[in-house]
Amino acid sequence: MSTRLGFPQPFLSVILFCVWQLLGDGVSGASIIVGLVLAWLLPQLTRGFWPERPATRKLWLMPVYVLRVLVDIVMASISVARLVLNPRQPEPAFINYPVTLENPLAITILASTVSLTPGTVSADISDDYQVLLIHALDTQDPDQVIADIRRRYEAPLLEMFK
Amino acid sequence: MSVVTEYALSALLLIGGFFTLVGAIGLVRLPDFYTRLHAPTKATTLGVGAIMLASVGYFSSTGAGPGASEILITVFLLLTAPVSANIIAKAAMHLDEKPVAGTKGNPWEQ
Repeated sequence: MSTRLGFPQPFLSVILFCVWQLLGDGVSGASIIVGLVLAWLLPQLTRGFWPERPATRKLWLMPVYVLRVLVDIVMASISVARLVLNPRQPEPAFINYPVTLENPLAITILASTVSLTPGTVSADISDDYQVLLIHALDTQDPDQVIADIRRRYEAPLLEMFK
Repeated sequence: MSVVTEYALSALLLIGGFFTLVGAIGLVRLPDFYTRLHAPTKATTLGVGAIMLASVGYFSSTGAGPGASEILITVFLLLTAPVSANIIAKAAMHLDEKPVAGTKGNPWEQ
């Protein structure tokens, strides 16, 4: 009964509440009430999509990870811009990336990071969550791409999620 | 608004415009569907990010206070761009879109 009425995803509820306050024109009594209702209702409605609570540890490493991704987006955007303006044709590749993460949320974050950092888009994940299909825009050495992703993104995520 | 902030904001707008333009050029110039997918997901990330930063800076310097909504737009864009890119790539593989000759590796059967 308590799970029916409580907050199945407390973290998600806090985020929803804060986002609702930011979306409106300042915090008011009405926005707090609506925010509370949304923070309770939306996790309840979407609980079917979260079969288990995301098991996290060392979540304080997340800001470091976000900062690193932002810096990488800037650096790699410049290299993609150079590639687009260069008359040389790019050398694209489909890469099968063996995932060592097991947490579904962590894999989602990894796939999104891969898509955001220029040069790579995650295209698909195998049904058993073991292999991520990545399309690289321009690479001579697919193994190098795999090694980079593992070192820069998957290793920190492995530390953050069980 | 001081001259320094004016120049800084102009620079941010120019950077944002440049990367958005590069994304559009990439859309025209890249050889196949999968490589073209890179241009809008990537260039817009930095392009829109820079333009949003300029917007935040402008409204902060005019005294209206930093707009939280611009930051939220950027965050939502960063959250949704990878998902849509992923779905588009899946749809392309489902329709058996052929990659350009010279592509290493193969798309998956859907």
